Amino acid sequence: MSTMGGLSQMKLAVNFLTIGLVILSLPCGSYTEIPPKPPGSVTVLPPVKPAGGPQAFPDAENSNLPVFTMDYARIQVPFEVTLWVLLASFAKIGFHVYHKITFWVPESCLLISIGLIVGAIMHSVHEEPPAVLSYNVFFLFMLPPIVLESGYFMPTRPFFENVGTVLWFAVVGTLWNSIGIGMSLYAVCQIEAFEVQDINLQENMLFAAIISAVDPVAVLSVFEDVSVNEQLYIVVFGECLFNDAVTVVLYNMFIFVADMPVVEPVDVFLGVARFFVVGLGGMGFGVIFGFVASFTTRFTSNVREIEPLFIFMYSYLAYLVAELFSISSIMAIVTCALTMKYYVEENVSQRSCTTIRHVVKMLGTISETLIFFFLGVVTITTEHEWNWGYIMFTLLLALVWRGLGVLVLTQIINPFRTIPFNFKDQFILGYGGLRGAISFALVFTLPDSIGRKKLFLTTTICMIMFTVFIQGISIRPLIEFINVRRTNRNLETINVEIHSRLIEHTIAGVEDLCGQWSHYYWKDKFLKFNNRILRKILIRDNRAESSIVALYKKLELQNAMEILDTVSGDINAGSSIVSLQYVYPLSPSSSCSLSLSLYFALSLILLLSLSLACSPSLSLSLVLSLTLSCSLFFMCHTHGIPRLSANEHSGLEPPRL
Amino acid sequence: MGSTNSTLSKIPNVEELMQETGFTPAHIVRLYDRFEALDKEKTGHLRPQDFGAINRLAMNPIGDRIIGAFFSPGQETVDFHSFVRTLAHFRPVDKKRPKDPSMPEPVNSRTSKLKFAFQLYDQDKDGKISRAELLQVLRSMLEMQVTEEQLESIADRTIQEADLDKDDAISFEEFRKVPPARALRLTYQHGAFAAQGTQNTKTCKVHAHRK
Repeated sequence: MSTMGGLSQMKLAVNFLTIGLVILSLPCGSYTEIPPKPPGSVTVLPPVKPAGGPQAFPDAENSNLPVFTMDYARIQVPFEVTLWVLLASFAKIGFHVYHKITFWVPESCLLISIGLIVGAIMHSVHEEPPAVLSYNVFFLFMLPPIVLESGYFMPTRPFFENVGTVLWFAVVGTLWNSIGIGMSLYAVCQIEAFEVQDINLQENMLFAAIISAVDPVAVLSVFEDVSVNEQLYIVVFGECLFNDAVTVVLYNMFIFVADMPVVEPVDVFLGVARFFVVGLGGMGFGVIFGFVASFTTRFTSNVREIEPLFIFMYSYLAYLVAELFSISSIMAIVTCALTMKYYVEENVSQRSCTTIRHVVKMLGTISETLIFFFLGVVTITTEHEWNWGYIMFTLLLALVWRGLGVLVLTQIINPFRTIPFNFKDQFILGYGGLRGAISFALVFTLPDSIGRKKLFLTTTICMIMFTVFIQGISIRPLIEFINVRRTNRNLETINVEIHSRLIEHTIAGVEDLCGQWSHYYWKDKFLKFNNRILRKILIRDNRAESSIVALYKKLELQNAMEILDTVSGDINAGSSIVSLQYVYPLSPSSSCSLSLSLYFALSLILLLSLSLACSPSLSLSLVLSLTLSCSLFFMCHTHGIPRLSANEHSGLEPPRL
Repeated sequence: MGSTNSTLSKIPNVEELMQETGFTPAHIVRLYDRFEALDKEKTGHLRPQDFGAINRLAMNPIGDRIIGAFFSPGQETVDFHSFVRTLAHFRPVDKKRPKDPSMPEPVNSRTSKLKFAFQLYDQDKDGKISRAELLQVLRSMLEMQVTEEQLESIADRTIQEADLDKDDAISFEEFRKVPPARALRLTYQHGAFAAQGTQNTKTCKVHAHRK
C-alpha cells in the first residue's frame, strides 16, 4: 500500500536527518586552535579562485586546495543556541504525542524532568550548561517574550472589571507574603537546631521577597489548560503579572539594606515612595510606548511587510527602557501590549494581525519551554547546600502565609465585588500560587556577599519543584473534585453580546437616575474621550464600530470558514482542496518497530563510540543526539505522522495553476 | 441619625417598603433625596418629563425604555413607592435567602432581574421578544453604524441562536438560557454592603459588570 510505503519512507528520511545532525554536531569545540585567516593575498598555488572561508594551512605551499574545511568556533554560539532551542522543542513535540500525559501532567513538569535528565548527563561529563538563567540573559532575552504574550492575549474587559481586585492581591498580597515569610523565617533561624543563625533579618526578608512572588510563567502554563471561571482566572493571571512592581522594589530595597548595618525609618518611607515610582512609572512607560506604536502603525499602509516588527520593537523598547531606570519592566511591557493591541489591530492588515499573534505566541512558547528546560538543567549543575529545617519550614510557611493572605484579603475585598469569591475560589486562588524561574534568576544573581547563597538557591529550587510538580499536577483533579465554578469558554454569541450591551446601558441609565457615579462613569468618560480624540489620532481609518457589529462580522466569517471544511482551522497553503487527517495511535506494524529499534541501537552505538574521544565539549553533541533520538523514537512510535485519507488520495498533487 | 429619622417619618408606609424591597433606611433616605431633587414641582409624583430632564439619561440609547420601565401600564406618574420598587431590582442578590416556595419571589432575585431585562426588550408585554422588537432595540443601540440589511441579518442571527421552538421570537424561557452568571449583572451596590443588615453610607458605588 502506498500509504505504508509513505510511512516507512518518512521514517527513513527522519533517520537520515538525525544521523546527519549527529554528524554535524560532532566537531563541537574540537578545534581549539583556529588557523588564522589568510590576508587577501593569493598563495602560490595553481591559479584557482581563493576560497571565501579560512584556509586550513596557509603556509603549506604544496598542499592542494582543501575540499572540506571546518570552522566551528566561528559559528559556535549561534549554533549551540539553535541546537538547544531545537532540543527543547523536540521534547515538546514528544510530549504531545502522548495525549494522556499532557492532560494530567502540565507541560512545565515534563520539561523540567527532561531538563533534569539532560542536566544529569551534562554533570556527569563535567560540562557547564549555558548560563541561561543568569541575570542578563534571563531578564533581557528569556522573560520579555513570555510577558509580552501574556499581556497581548489578556482578555481586556474582564481585566478592567477586576483591576481593583488584581492590584489589591498583587500589591498587598505580595507584601503580606514577603513580610510574613521573612519574619517567620527569621524566627525559625533563631532555633539553634537548624544551624542557620547566621542569616540575619535583612537576608531573610530579602529571600522572602524573592520567593513570595507568584510567577507568571509557571501559573500561566498550568492555568491555561484548566478552565476555571473567568473571574478567578483573571485575578490569578493579573496578580502574577503585576506583583513584579512589589518584587522589584522589595528586592532592591533589601539588597541595599542588607549591606547596611542599621535600617532607618526614612529608608522604609523611601521604599514606599520607590514603589509608586516603580509601579506607576512602569505603567506610564508602557502606555506611552503603546501610543507611539499605535501612532506609527497609522502610517504603515505602504510597508505592510514590516508592520509586525513595530509591535515587537516597541514593546521590547518599553521593557528595556524600564530596565534602564530599574522600574518594573514587566508592568511596562504588559501595559504596552494592552494599550497597543486595541489600536494596532485596527490599523494593520489582516495578515499582519495574524502574523503578530502567531509570532507573539511562538516566541512566548519557546521562551517558556526553554526556561523550564533550563530550570531542570541547573537544578543538577548548581552547587547545593541542603538544610532540612530551613527548607521544610520555608515550604510550610510559604503555603501557610499564602493561604492566610488569600483568606484575609478576600474577606476585605469581597464586599466590593459584584461576584464575590466563595471558599472554593479562594482555595484555588491560594493553591494556584506557583513559584517559578523568576525567583530562581533573582536568587542566582544575589551578590556573593550573602553568606548563605547556596542555601537560598537550594531552597528556591525546592520551592519551585514543589509548587510546579505537586501543586501543578494536583490542581486539575482538585478543581474537578471541589467543583469550582467553571467557565463555559464557548460563549461568543450575539445574544450575550447584545445582552451585555443592553445591561451596560441600563446600568448607566440607572446611575444617572440615582445621581451616583462610580468607576463605570469614568469608563464611560474614557470611552467618549477615546472615541473623540484618541481614535482620531491613532487610527488611520476611523469608523466607530460597536462590539455587536464586530462580533457579528467575526462570527459570520467563522461560519464561512467552517463551510470550507478545514480540520484544524487554518488552511494549509499547499493543499486547500485536500484535507489532511491526523491518525492517532495505530499499533506499529512489526516491520516498523524492527527498523526503529535498529535505528535506535545504531544511534546509541555511534554516540557511545564518539564519546570515547573524551573531549568534554563533545558531551553537548552526546546529550543532544541522545535526546533527539528519544523524542524521535516517541514520535515515530505512535505514528503522529499525517496520512492522507483514502478519499482524497487521488488529489495528492495540488493543481497546477 | 437624626436627619435619617426625620426624613423617614415623611414617607408613608416606609416600614412596609423596606420590608418589601430590602433597602436599608439609609438607602431609602438617599433615594428619597434624589426623588425630591427630580421632582421639581414638588407634586410627590414624577412624570416622564422629569426623567427626561436628566441629560445623560436622555442621551442613553435605551434611555426611553429605562424610563418606561418605571411606569406601570396605564400609569402616567410614578410615586415614591413605585420608584423604589423598580430600583429594588438592582439590589444585589441575597445569597442567604432561604428558598421558600410559598413566599413570592423577592424583587432582586436573579429571576426577577432577568424578567426586568426581558421587559426592556419586550415593550408590548406579550411575553415574547418578536423580531420587530429586537430590531428596534438593535437600531437604538447601533444607531448609525450599520445599514438596515445588516441590522436585519444581525437580528436574524440572534433569533436563530436563541430560538429553540422555532416560533421566530424569543420567549422568556429561551431568554433565560443565555448564561446567567455572565449575562446578568443588573446590580447596583451601595458601597460596602451586599446583604441586608449592614449600614454604610460613606461610599456609594455602582458596579456594572457586563457578561
